[in-house]
Amino acid sequence: MFDKVWLIPLFPLIGFLINGLFGKKIKNETVIGGIGTLMIFLSFLVSCGILMQMIGLPPEQRVFEKVLFPWIHSGNFKADMAFLVDPLSVIMIMIITGVGSLIHLYSIGYMHGEEGFYRFFAYLNLFCMSMLLLVLGSNMLVMFIGWEGVGLCSYLLIGYYFHKKSAGDAAKKAFVMNRVGDFGFLIGLFTLYWWFGSNHNIWTVNFTEIKAASHLLPYGGVVTFASLCFFVGATGKSAQIPLFTWLPDAMEGPTPVSALIHAATMVTAGVYMIGRMSFVFVKSPETMMVIAVVGAATAIFAATIGTAQNDIKRVLAYSTVSQLGFMFLAMGVGAFSAGIFHLMTHAFFKACLFLGSGSVIHAMHHALHKVHSNDDAQDMRNMGGLRKAMPITFLTFLVSTIAISGIPGFSGFFSKDEILWMSFANAYHGDLNIVLWGIGAIAACFTAFYMFRLVFMTFFGESRLSPKAKDHLHESPLTITIPLMVLGFLAVVGGYIGMPKLMGMLPNYFEHWLDPVFELANEYGSKYAHHGAHPSHAIEWGLMGLSVVIALVGIAIAFTMYVKRTELPGKFVATFPTLHRAVYNKWYIDEIYDYVFVNPCKAAGQFLWKGFDVLVIDGVVNGVANVVMGFSGIFRYMQSGYVYNYAFTMALGVVVMLGYYVFK
Amino acid sequence: MENLNSYLIVSAILFAIGTIGVLTRRNAIVIFMCIELMLNAVNLTFIALSRHLGNLDGQVFVIFIMTVAAAEAAVGLALIIAFFNNKESIDVEDVNIMKW
Repeated sequence: MFDKVWLIPLFPLIGFLINGLFGKKIKNETVIGGIGTLMIFLSFLVSCGILMQMIGLPPEQRVFEKVLFPWIHSGNFKADMAFLVDPLSVIMIMIITGVGSLIHLYSIGYMHGEEGFYRFFAYLNLFCMSMLLLVLGSNMLVMFIGWEGVGLCSYLLIGYYFHKKSAGDAAKKAFVMNRVGDFGFLIGLFTLYWWFGSNHNIWTVNFTEIKAASHLLPYGGVVTFASLCFFVGATGKSAQIPLFTWLPDAMEGPTPVSALIHAATMVTAGVYMIGRMSFVFVKSPETMMVIAVVGAATAIFAATIGTAQNDIKRVLAYSTVSQLGFMFLAMGVGAFSAGIFHLMTHAFFKACLFLGSGSVIHAMHHALHKVHSNDDAQDMRNMGGLRKAMPITFLTFLVSTIAISGIPGFSGFFSKDEILWMSFANAYHGDLNIVLWGIGAIAACFTAFYMFRLVFMTFFGESRLSPKAKDHLHESPLTITIPLMVLGFLAVVGGYIGMPKLMGMLPNYFEHWLDPVFELANEYGSKYAHHGAHPSHAIEWGLMGLSVVIALVGIAIAFTMYVKRTELPGKFVATFPTLHRAVYNKWYIDEIYDYVFVNPCKAAGQFLWKGFDVLVIDGVVNGVANVVMGFSGIFRYMQSGYVYNYAFTMALGVVVMLGYYVFK
Repeated sequence: MENLNSYLIVSAILFAIGTIGVLTRRNAIVIFMCIELMLNAVNLTFIALSRHLGNLDGQVFVIFIMTVAAAEAAVGLALIIAFFNNKESIDVEDVNIMKW
């Protein structure tokens, strides 16, 4: 089965080609959507087969490399089109194809009647193919193809409603910010390649070979530089400070896109990449610290913004940024498997949340359309009381919200608590640990608050729609609710494969599963072990309890403010108008970036256009032409057009030449 | 050949007449005939000098010149006829569209 791994990216590619080339002619939405969904579902089946086979193998034999064909062989440089199957990539392909299939199915219902239906499915398939290449690539170049491919698809899908200027702008913003990150990725790649080649004559971009040679890497120094560059790439793709502002704007795309690309898969590519090269990252304590600090800062920063947004999808977008911050925090404290675990549970509950919000928007849009209202279908201030009209959406949404808030028994609790515990008890950061844990805990409190604020504003209380519009609210069709139910189910039970050892009811399958992948990194990491404390079980239980209390506090505040005493938010805003304005306007980050980066760039562009291009470049080109024209303006008078003039000139010339020879 | 000079003088006079004719006349056919006159003046010089120097090269040249002149006459007359077909004139003053 391992041999058939190349089928996994091939199916979505076929789907892309069929829908992309012939979709316009097929026209039938069922056929187009069916092809797209079937292709990714076939990939899912192959992935399941690979997973089953891998479970049956002993841990040492779970790495397999499949060379499809030699790609670039030039001198010392060698890169094959090859796939790496190991426990980490299997988890990723299961998430991508599994969640991807559900979201494809959902899209059939959600995108019904949209113009360019076939275009949507073609892009979605292309995205799945790129993402699968990214996680399956056995060397950095194949990974980079996927890395760029998902960026391109993200651009295409954010700009799906390209006739809207805001969508086009958001697409451009996402693409440009990703490019900044990709630049870092490339520099990191070159540095690592060059260092291994010039110092040890190991010219390779292959992950397995780099892993085998990673004991040669020094601690710090060049590794810090290379890993920081890779991290810049990760911040771009995974929307971390400072390159996070594109993700909230990316909500201009259709909701399934937000669920698949901007929550479940693409934005986790940075986390995956750090996991894939964990043995490089742990060699640099500085980089680990930067990752942990950036992760924690992003987690709290995005969470605060999420508390004041009114657009349902924007809240979820900031929540995604914040949760990605948690994943990076996990990576930065050396809790790689916890980070990947949170990646997985987050894929379940956040995809469910996005799809649920899509279902809500769908219903709202329909209801508002029926009464010819121009109100915003995504604004939570127009919603309220939806739980009666949409019971399935409400239930799945509530379950996922509980999961993300970290209530015991739901998936998010296991992964988030593991991260918080590891940020407290890791061996890497010494005294910084307590700060990292504190920030993480506060961010978790904010998470519980803004998520329940969203639920209360959307599903509870009285409907703020006009009574006429309210009658048109109804539950979404089955293609929408089935994925919701499956994902909601996973959001509950997905966590049980990674229960902490402490609880002892089930072994932590997830961590054991990933052990072979992160073994080496943990070994390198143990060099720092003397910094680390060895907290007791009592502390672990205590912190776990504390994080539950924190989550409950967040929920309680949300309940008080948005259900019990609904006048409180207004009072709060009146008391702290400046604070509210700052948070509502996302701490003015976009404005600051505009001022610091965008406007100087525009000014430089203006100068180079008006000053350099028009004056210098065009000046030289036009100047040459003008000089030639000036001379020809003088010389053209020689062409009188009279035969005797030419004849006379000729005769004169002959006389002059003869005269020269005769009288020389 | 004591009187080589007289041949050369006749030849020079013929060449000058031809040149002046080419420069001053407007009628294409007259210009054409003047060119023939110039060519024949040159031929005369060749023959005279060939005889004077006892070398046949000059006479061979004259054969060539006459061949070229015949070809030139054919082409030149064809041009004049084509021009006349277009403009109803053989006046070289009218050949003036290729100027500034």
